[in-house]
Parts: sequence; C-alpha cells; structure tokens
Amino acid sequence: MRACFRNGRVDWHGWLDMVTVSSWGRLEQAEHHVQSLTHRDEVADVIRQSRPGLAHGMGRSYGDECLNPGGTLWLTAGLDRFIRFNEETGCLLCESGVLLRDIQRLAVPRGWILPVTPGTQLVTVGGAIANDVHGKNHHAYGSFADHVRHMTLLRTDGDMIECGPSQHPEWFAATVGGLGLTGFILTAEIQLRRVSGPWLQAETIPYRNLHEFFTLADASEADWEHTVSWVDCISSGGGRGLFMRANYSGPSGAAAPAAANISMPCVPPFSLVNPWTLKVFNAAYFNVRKRLAGQEDLHYERFFYPLDNITGWNRMYGPKGFYQYQCLVPRADGQQAIQAMLHEISRTGDGSFLAVLKTFGSRASLGMLGFPQPGVTLALDFPNQGGRSLTLFERLDAIVREAGGRVYLAKDARISRDFFEASYSRLAEFLPYRDPGITSAMSRRLMGS
Amino acid sequence: MSRIMQRIVIIGASSAIAEKCARLWLRQAPADMVLVGRNIHKIEAIAADLRIRSPESSITCLETDFNDPLKIRALVDGIASAARVDIVLIAHGALPQQQCCQQDLVLCREALDINAISPVLFAEAFAGRMEEANAGTLAVISSVAGDRGRKSNYVYGAAKGLVTRYVQGLQHRLAGTGVKVVLIKPGPTDTPMTAQLKQQGKALADADAVAASIVKAIRQGRSLVYVPARWRLIMMVIRHLPECIFKRMDI
Repeated sequence: MRACFRNGRVDWHGWLDMVTVSSWGRLEQAEHHVQSLTHRDEVADVIRQSRPGLAHGMGRSYGDECLNPGGTLWLTAGLDRFIRFNEETGCLLCESGVLLRDIQRLAVPRGWILPVTPGTQLVTVGGAIANDVHGKNHHAYGSFADHVRHMTLLRTDGDMIECGPSQHPEWFAATVGGLGLTGFILTAEIQLRRVSGPWLQAETIPYRNLHEFFTLADASEADWEHTVSWVDCISSGGGRGLFMRANYSGPSGAAAPAAANISMPCVPPFSLVNPWTLKVFNAAYFNVRKRLAGQEDLHYERFFYPLDNITGWNRMYGPKGFYQYQCLVPRADGQQAIQAMLHEISRTGDGSFLAVLKTFGSRASLGMLGFPQPGVTLALDFPNQGGRSLTLFERLDAIVREAGGRVYLAKDARISRDFFEASYSRLAEFLPYRDPGITSAMSRRLMGS
Repeated sequence: MSRIMQRIVIIGASSAIAEKCARLWLRQAPADMVLVGRNIHKIEAIAADLRIRSPESSITCLETDFNDPLKIRALVDGIASAARVDIVLIAHGALPQQQCCQQDLVLCREALDINAISPVLFAEAFAGRMEEANAGTLAVISSVAGDRGRKSNYVYGAAKGLVTRYVQGLQHRLAGTGVKVVLIKPGPTDTPMTAQLKQQGKALADADAVAASIVKAIRQGRSLVYVPARWRLIMMVIRHLPECIFKRMDI
C-alpha cells in the first residue's frame, strides 16, 4: 500500500518516476528518481529503503553538489516545521527543510535574527549547514555553523547521531560544510541573535582600484558589521567598484518595502549577459551608483537578498546556463592574485555584472570541508560558453592554487580532483565520516564515489 | 480574546495543502484551530509548528479513523458541541497509482474509501450541525481529476467525481441557509514534489499560491473554485472533447 499511495492530491499524472532536476546554474538538466519527504518520522524508513541517494533542498547550489543524475534525490522542502523556539534565549529548533526566509520572518518581529545569512534567503537550513554558508559579516560573526548548537544526523543505515560543537564534535565538523555526504540532516538547533528591528544603515563608497578596496575593507571591519563590494570585472585594469558597509540601526519610522516581485518569465534563447551588455551595464551601474553614493536606511531583505525578488533570475543566462566562480585566497598574496584574476577575466570579456569581492575575518570554518577561512573572496557569474569558459577557469584555478587558495564547492561544477585534494587539506580526515548510502555528482567527480 | 477568534476545523490536516492553508490563516489572524488527522504524531508536529508561528492561537489535535462513520459522527458532534464552527476544510485524500488499483481490488477499494466515501461522511456530519447553527463555511477539496474519467487515473478521478457531485447537492440543499459550501478543484501542479521539480524556483510560489487561492475562496464563500484558475478553462475543453478525439489522447 505504501508503495502505491502518495500524500497529496493534485498530481493527477500518477507516479512520476523520473523527473528532471537542475541546480541553480542550470548547466545540466538531469533525470532523477525523487522521494518527497513530508514528515520527519518517515525519513529514516524512506532513506533506508531508497538509498543510495542525496538530500536536496532548494537546489540553490550552482554546480553538481545537489545533483545525483540517474539516482535518487530526497526532497526536503516538505520538512519545513519549527519544533521549538525560546523567545527568551533566541534558540530555535527546526526541521532541516525550513527556509532561512521563514526563520527571518518569524524571528525579526520578535527581536531576533539569523546571525549569519547568505545572499539569498531561499535556501534551507540543511543546505546552509551542508555548505557552511557565509554572509557579509564574516569578520564579525563567522559562518553559519558557528551558530548551530546541535543537529540530528540520520545515517542511511538508520543510526541517529546527535552532534554539536561539544557533542560528537567530530561528526559535527564532518557534517558542517560536508556537502550532505555524512548523513541526512534531520533537525538543527540554531542560536539567533538580538536585533532591534529590520533596518540597517548602509553606506556606499566607490573605490577606483584594489588597493583602495583593501584599505576600505580594513578600515571598516572594526566599526561595521557588514561589508561587501561590487566589483567591475571588465573595466580596463579591473578592480574599480562600490564598497558597501552597514550596521543594524535602531527602530526606524519607515514602512517596510512593498513586496515587489518580478520574475524572469522564460529562458531567453541566448544569454542576456554577454560582453556587449556587460560593458555597458557595468559602466552605467558604476557611474550611477557613484553619484548616489552615501548613506541610506535599508530593510534587511533589500540589503541581504536583493535578487530574491526576481524569481528565476538564473534564467537570464539563457538555455546553456551559467557558472559561478567563487574562490578564496589568503591575504598575503590576496591583492596580487585578485588583480591577476580580474586581468584574465577582462581580457576575455566574459563575466557578469554579478561580481562580489569581500574580505573574510580570522575565523576558519568549523567544518572539515568548510569554505570560509581568513583571506579575501571573489565571486563572479559567467554565462556558459563551453570550452572557452573552462579554459578561463583553468587559468583562474592556477592563480588561486599558486596563492594557496581554494574554490567554493557550493558554486563549483568543474574543478579537478587534483586541485580539490590539494586545496582542501582536511579531506582525508573527512572521508571516514561519509555515509556509504549517499552519493552526488560532485562526490563522484571529486572523491571517486 | 478567544471569543473573537475564528474557529477553524481542518480534516486531513497533514496534507501539504491543508498545512499551508493553516499557516496562512494564522498569519492573517490568531485562530482557534482544530486539526484532525489519521496519525496523531504527524498532526502534533504540525501543531507545534503552528503554535510557534502564532503563539496567540489555540491549536487542538484530534485523531480518528477516517473510514468509520460512527467515529466520524462522534468526533464531529464533539467539535460542534464545544463551540460554534466558522470554517471547516475537508482536505484529505491519497493519490493511488492507477495501475495498482487495476491489479489489486483491495487497493482500489481503499482508494475509493479515502478519496470519496470519507470526505462525504465528514461533510455530511458537519453539514447537519452547521445547518442547525445556520452559519459557517464548509469547504471540500475535490480535484480537476473528477471532471472527466481518464485512463491515467480514473479510480482517483471517480472518487473525486463523487465528491464533486455530492457537494453540488449539498450546495443545493443549503442554498437558502446561512451556511456556505465551497467546492475546490486543484489542478496537478502543486505538491512540494512536482512543483519543486518541474519549475525550480517557482515551487514555493505555486504551493503557497494554491493555498492562498483556497483561503481567499473560503473567505468569499465562492461555490466553485479551480486552483490555479486556468484549470477552469482547461477542464472545460477536456470535458467537451468529442469521444473520438478523447479516446486517442494519452492523458
């Protein structure tokens, strides 16, 4: 009976055996068997019966981390319940499919907020942990896992492991940033932080080159919780941009922004981002924003998640999809390495206006495969140009590797196994914690299974 | 406070759409909500979540056998006697695999029981009590699948067709009273599962949009609503296709 019934009433086509799923970069449309999880009591049975598989939340990682072509995906979107929230201490226990958006909307009116949030709130708690995501305040608050007090990890053989920074810390360290490969994250307890309201006071300062960027970043870290910058990856010389910094401000009389939501209605036949549009857009954006530079009050949704209001913005790159290249290099050679990368990129004319440059603080990720560590990170989108893109990335990899840096796996679809092993030095420590019932396209590419 | 809160009863509260509706209602205003399900653990988990989202609300969970007319009668009488009921949403159901129903008559019977007989028994039990009170809105979730039998899922479709016909009759019976009866026919786009997959990025909007349409239709007391609305047109075409064409279609 179980095999023949599925909860939910509306899928009249009956049993959907194979379904096409792609990650955020839309580089491949792969067929998957899918299992929709709706109640946490059922998860152990489902994953034991359908392993090997992979947990899949919102599919917001860009490359092949959240995919398992030809295999099974366990969809966590239906595991989106809060379990316990202590309004006195700000401690929240929830299922792993809860969206960061839902946490923010629950907590902010009650005076709490997620201490660390990435650039989209449309990700699940499980995904945020499995990638140990970071935000604009890394120098002040570290990364997401620094605020996870506890989680329940369900192994596909039925074992349940309770872990946290002090309880089975080795399982915790393997699982945060662990790409979902150590088991199924069932629930998590997150420590929120106090906030006086939804408003931030933000300041935008144009910079002309990387030297100015680093000076601004260093000078801002002590007094500003959030720092980030938009960098023009294509202007001659490369490295001009707009530096943004912000702090939560007191209660403001301003009204919350109206929920403006537009969407990319279809996939255009070619990428709307190309060398011609890019040059024009970047120049216009820099010059307009330069004139508007200064202070403003921003709602946290506008400040943290500017792209969340454009549903399906990833479609603007056309049917071939796009890559995001995000790397981190230590500060020692950081400026030279970033300069060299921008030089390579502007030479090809590829890239996108979505380009972010940001310094990280001194805290390295707790995770064995966690991305954040001290240094400076550069993130850029690239429309998929096939071999031409891959050639450029290899040149960028060489610069990153030379500088002792690494590429962010949440964004990656193509680094070599050799570069991965060289740059993620705790890999050997991680491997024994893998769940043999879990596999992904990325794990097969980078770990061989 | 409790006197001015709406009293909302959800039958089949662990269905994905019902849960979304519950969240929407509580976002609009705190309510006195009764969740009825087949498995108390599932609905308790849902209730815990709703209590966190809306601490001022009162959420009660009840478990019953959805195929037992006497237990259904007792449960509904218990709920209706405690206080006036403003909204009842009958949302349960299970989508059977057509092939299985063809091979296994026990499954076929179970599919008909849970999708057709059970919702009718609940609706009938509530209808009497609401008619006495001469107030309230009774909403039943059917499906576009009930509009015309098709080879891909006609057992489920037949069950939903029965519900549709039943609700039409109930609307006729209660037309002169203060009770509104709402028939809801969702189309096939909206479980977390299919939505997530077919149109990444749109999944969320779709599931929430369906719940939002249902909540709105109930507030307005509309007699028939297709969600999303385009299914009204699609089903009108499908219902009117001549048999010679229909029989050649693989739907």
